[in-house]
Amino acid sequence: MILELRGAGQFKSGSRILHDIDLQVPEGSFFVLMGPTGCGKTTLVRIAGLIDRPSSGTVEYKGTPVPGGGAARLSVRREIVTLFQRPVLFRGTVRSNVEWGLRIRGISGSEADSRISEALEMVDLLDLAGRDASTLSGGELQRTALARALVIKPKILLLDEPTSSVDPGMRRNMVRRIAELHSRTGITFIMATHDFTEALSLGTTGAVMRLGSIEQSGSMDELFHNPRNRFMASFVGFRNIHAADFQGNSACIGPLAVLHAGNRSGHGFLSVKPESIVISIEEAKTSERNRFRGRVTSILRAGSVLEVEVDCSGIPFVSSLTKESVEELGIETGKKVFISFKASSVHVF
Amino acid sequence: MSHLLEAARIALGMILSGDGVVYSIALRTMVIAVSATIISSAVFIPLGSIIHFSSFTGRRLLVSMIQTLYSVPTVLVGMLVFLLISRAGPLGGMNLLFTPAAIVAGDVLLIAPIIMGLTISALETGGRELRDTAISLGAGRGRMVLKVLSESRQAILTAVLMAFGRSVSEVGVAIMVGGNIAGYTRTLTTAIVLEVGRGETAYSIALGIILLILAMVVSISVNTLQHRRSR
Repeated sequence: MILELRGAGQFKSGSRILHDIDLQVPEGSFFVLMGPTGCGKTTLVRIAGLIDRPSSGTVEYKGTPVPGGGAARLSVRREIVTLFQRPVLFRGTVRSNVEWGLRIRGISGSEADSRISEALEMVDLLDLAGRDASTLSGGELQRTALARALVIKPKILLLDEPTSSVDPGMRRNMVRRIAELHSRTGITFIMATHDFTEALSLGTTGAVMRLGSIEQSGSMDELFHNPRNRFMASFVGFRNIHAADFQGNSACIGPLAVLHAGNRSGHGFLSVKPESIVISIEEAKTSERNRFRGRVTSILRAGSVLEVEVDCSGIPFVSSLTKESVEELGIETGKKVFISFKASSVHVF
Repeated sequence: MSHLLEAARIALGMILSGDGVVYSIALRTMVIAVSATIISSAVFIPLGSIIHFSSFTGRRLLVSMIQTLYSVPTVLVGMLVFLLISRAGPLGGMNLLFTPAAIVAGDVLLIAPIIMGLTISALETGGRELRDTAISLGAGRGRMVLKVLSESRQAILTAVLMAFGRSVSEVGVAIMVGGNIAGYTRTLTTAIVLEVGRGETAYSIALGIILLILAMVVSISVNTLQHRRSR
């Protein structure tokens, strides 16, 4: 592990912002720190980036605890660079900004020149090297800050919501650029984001945070396919999540008995994807083993489809249908309908 | 009104002809204000920086107190310095009373809160982001402080110019510890007080115009710097 946090906590103005965080970041990985806004991602990034010290717990770099101060801490700090959510550029040109990290490390002359050119080339800014930094656009500013970090050749690069201040059109470019830079440089990337599609396309491992704690960590596959609890399931995009009492292949959600493909007992959760739920006006004989009668309570537009919520004996299920299907079936609020879904479409966790 | 216009005409004549006494008073005022500004900046910019970069209990209260002192009455500072340097005072042995050095000392104290407080404000505006950026790029504490100060230099210079403006235009300290001695401690403001009292309107208007020009130069400089900062 290149970076490890053990029981890291943070207090600020008398309130606890982080609770006993244990985190392991493998060397060379793209580690994604996910969670809703305000869950403590930035506080954790600041601790991992050695900007702040945790109120409790330790930070280990390559298996050794990071010293609390002095030259020893500085030498570790110089291997880790953080790119903040809203980067600040210094006065001067793009080049002088990129040069600064090298200058304070005593690197000058031809080595500095070639490293600056290489870093500017990586972010497509060679042409703007002489530009006054205060005249740059948002995207150029972000790329200058990225070049200023890359020129140092850090072992770890932390990115705090790098796409949040970039307009949506530029966001995809930025994500592609970050992915390229990770595979090209071999640097360990740690990125905080609240956008799980971004996390999915970039990350190899990660953790999901909530209210200052880690909810679940592991490989991206694990996080997205085996959510540990209701919050995790909801965060990674699961819908129709219901608490259930399981017995064998049956699960009781209130008055409904739902069949699933697994075999378990006790309390847990199940979820069904909206696109797996079929709505019909009459009770049809289908291969789906779960069939319930209900009443349409709402129809909402969700992108190119409509989300129809059906209340089945007090249990709501959301199904996504095309506009044409809704019109063809004459579905409207208050209408009595039947919903059906396969046992194999039920995800149990 | 015509009396005032006549006085203004004579005043301009005195300024344009290079009246020796008027210019020596103006020069003395400048030397005193510049000295006080340099000394106060040398001491209180670093002190303001230390307060900004330190965290201690009561820091916020201290900053509020400093800001309250921006508009401390000049006569209050004059009285304090007078009590310190008068013969019976603790620094009476230094024989500073009624010397230009006494005015400089008083002005140093008078403008200290402005320099210190505005330095803290300058560093707080964007200072945290600059500090974090410098640290994340591998700067040690000393290098980080220098970088933040250097990046905030225009705002700090604005503070210095405002302090100079206060020093050049104050009258309380100059009259109480300078004594308004002709050719020695008389400044533009104390001379105006004296000449108006004596009915020398033209003379006092000439001094007033010079004082106004100095104040305008300061004001234009501050505005130019602030405009450059906001660009």
